[in-house]
Amino acid sequence: MHSPMEQFEIKRLLDFKIGGLDASFTNSSLWMIIAVILATGVFVVGMRQRALVPGRLQSVAELGYEFIANMVRDNVGDQGKKYFPFILTLFIFILFANMLGMVPYSFTPTSHIVVTFAMALFVFVGVTIIGLARHGMHFFSLFVPKGVPWALLILLVPIEIISYFIRPFSLSIRLFANMLAGHTMLKVFGGFVVMLGIVGGWAPLAFIVVFTGLELLIAFLQAYVFAILTCLYLNDAIHLHH
Amino acid sequence: MDASAAKLIGAGLATIALAGVGVGIGNIFGSFVSGALRNPEAAPRVFGNVLLGFALTEAVALFALVIAFMILFVF
Repeated sequence: MHSPMEQFEIKRLLDFKIGGLDASFTNSSLWMIIAVILATGVFVVGMRQRALVPGRLQSVAELGYEFIANMVRDNVGDQGKKYFPFILTLFIFILFANMLGMVPYSFTPTSHIVVTFAMALFVFVGVTIIGLARHGMHFFSLFVPKGVPWALLILLVPIEIISYFIRPFSLSIRLFANMLAGHTMLKVFGGFVVMLGIVGGWAPLAFIVVFTGLELLIAFLQAYVFAILTCLYLNDAIHLHH
Repeated sequence: MDASAAKLIGAGLATIALAGVGVGIGNIFGSFVSGALRNPEAAPRVFGNVLLGFALTEAVALFALVIAFMILFVF
């Protein structure tokens, strides 16, 4: 029987070398490209008609747009409008990558920490630059909680600084570990079905059916959490503490 | 003790973190249900926050999972 971790194996499809760097086209890149093409397809084809009464695909595109637009408006305010395209792209890409991973025999790019950490680091560096550009040195007041006695600040400021710098790690590990754990669990229970055979295999099969539904919810939820945390970080950088 | 035996024990110990996460997730949904029964009209508005809290708490469980995997496969 195959190991449950085998589905996360990265295979080179086309070999490329740029200098000393290994820039091969892997199955991970392939599925990322599929996700981008599908996401673009939904939005471009869905919005082609621009009907006043939207059809099915147009409703999907509009629903996704409205959902993120509301999220940005509620969490960042009017100044967040500039960053809306970025957050929509981030959400749709993670959503499609997660959802495509639920197709049997596919590959989940977001189950690798390299991919999620790159996105989280981009968010972290971007948000820090936005904060510094907007507030200059005043940005560092983010690390000093208001209305706290002087003696407590000695303890609180290092905690705030550490919790700020741990953000890219928690953001990326959350997404990657969710995908890894869910897919491994599905595979382990799939193994139970084969092992118990026709006699007792029905119980784990029923569990898999239920768990696939939960896993679809988690695929959406993690994309949502990634997007909303990006919004909250952006709000911190733009408005400092309010 | 054998190093591989110590690894297995360590990975098992790493799952103790699930106790805290169980309390946390139960607390989130328990508070939501009791709040929703008191004021059913406000329930849909806070459901997004409930899911966010659930995902944040669940992430702690997954940190434990990552540590267990690191103990088992990396070292």
